[in-house]
Amino acid sequence: MKLITAILKPFKLDDVKSALQAHGVHGMTVSEASGFGRQRGHTEVYRGAEYTVDLVPKVRLEVLVDDSDASSVVDVIVKAASTGSIGDGKVWTTPVDQIVRVRTGERGVDAI
Amino acid sequence: MEEIVLNSGDTAWMLASTALVLLMTPGLAFFYGGMVRTKSALNMMMMSMITIGIVSVLWVIYGFEIAFGHTADSPWYGGFSFSGLGGQVNEFTNNGGIYPIPLLVFAAFQLMFAIITPALISGAIADRTKFTAWAVFVAIWSTIVYFPVAHWVFAFGNKVGDTVTGTGFLAGKGLEDFAGGTAVHINAGAAGLALAIVLGKRVGWRKESMRPHSLPLVLLGAALLWFGWFGFNAGSSLAANGIAGLALINTQVATAGALLGWILVEKIRNGHPTTLGAASGAISGLVAITPACAFVAPWAAVVIGFIAGILCSLAVSLKYKFGFDDSLDVVGVHLVGGVWGSLSVGFFGSQFVNSVGVDGLLYGGGSALLAKQALGVGVVAAYSFIVTLILGFIIEKTIGFRVTRDVEIEGIDLGEHAETAYEMSSSSRGGAF
Repeated sequence: MKLITAILKPFKLDDVKSALQAHGVHGMTVSEASGFGRQRGHTEVYRGAEYTVDLVPKVRLEVLVDDSDASSVVDVIVKAASTGSIGDGKVWTTPVDQIVRVRTGERGVDAI
Repeated sequence: MEEIVLNSGDTAWMLASTALVLLMTPGLAFFYGGMVRTKSALNMMMMSMITIGIVSVLWVIYGFEIAFGHTADSPWYGGFSFSGLGGQVNEFTNNGGIYPIPLLVFAAFQLMFAIITPALISGAIADRTKFTAWAVFVAIWSTIVYFPVAHWVFAFGNKVGDTVTGTGFLAGKGLEDFAGGTAVHINAGAAGLALAIVLGKRVGWRKESMRPHSLPLVLLGAALLWFGWFGFNAGSSLAANGIAGLALINTQVATAGALLGWILVEKIRNGHPTTLGAASGAISGLVAITPACAFVAPWAAVVIGFIAGILCSLAVSLKYKFGFDDSLDVVGVHLVGGVWGSLSVGFFGSQFVNSVGVDGLLYGGGSALLAKQALGVGVVAAYSFIVTLILGFIIEKTIGFRVTRDVEIEGIDLGEHAETAYEMSSSSRGGAF
């Protein structure tokens, strides 16, 4: 089993969510995040005083999948999230030891 | 002697104006509250709210009497006695002449000016002022600075028959300050500078981001201030007449000019006209036209406002050069705008526009009026700055003027009021009791 984590531009979330649902992904967790990569931040000016804002708003999307689905789900996310410009984000996978569905107690792949 | 009859039109306008001017102080709370960080929004607003409480009470006890009483016959103060105000229900206003409006309405209208003036100062010392110390400051400052200065500028004396006695010192010198460029804005601006020096810089000033936490709140505050300012300026006519109309349109067009002036500077200097700039520009125009609104033609009001917007947008950067943390630019907007507005009467004042006024430099009146205006500016700025500096140091040395460093870092809302402005997360609700 794998945990797929994607850092996305906030306005691409809907596209990615729709694409994942169309691909058969049933659930996901989304949280607000901030950070920077090569995009770096931007400058804001208040009454002539400049502030450099390093951390750019992003969303973090997390999906649990079976090993065999991981590669195709990553592809779906990358395709839907891409704008071709700097700051599109990153997607990565990490191995997961155990998954339990809280309501039923199901474990492993059944809990996805 | 002709009997004076109450003018219900004038009285109705003054009742409405009084309510308009009161609204400016909660408006200021929004304007300032939006400009500070999330962790100190409530404290900033409370600094305005507490002045409504304290000054209103003092006004009834002795404030009105010091500012507008007739017992002392002095150019320096109105009188030291109990204002009470209860025995005067049927009296007319006598301020250098009889106005056919109730004295109590005049007293309530002037109270609103006494409230907003100390509230304006609070922007200079945002995020770091001990609340009880601020309350003590407001009470004492109103007593020894605002009430007497209001007498100097706004009290035109007690007219009995043809003799007028007890005219305020600056009013008697011929200072033309219609609604408080000196008594309100220079007064508050100079006091703000003094307190910013006494309290010192905020922790992390010029290192951390101190960007305004809510520009929509700032804009809401600016809107309420602009709306209320029609009462402030046009109400200062004390009548629903042509001068009130002149003051009203000048208030509108000067503010518009200043809004444009400020964002034009931003567009040229920074590349982007900003919301905060538009709101700040509007306030700088309102400040500048306050003393001039009843003495200049509307075209001149546009020029006065436009110059105010440019001047103030440049002046707000001075604090970084001189190293004082006037957090919300009380000096850059109210002191600079107030000085420019008060002096502008000396240039643009026109007897043709208002027969009570005097011609300024541009109308062939020479520099006589400009000199009177400069005297008013200098006297009020110096008195307010020096007295506030001394009062500030006394409060600092006795009860302390600043919250602790820990409270300031964690947030003054929590430390001073046990509240936070916003519920930032649904998981931090906690339980009751």
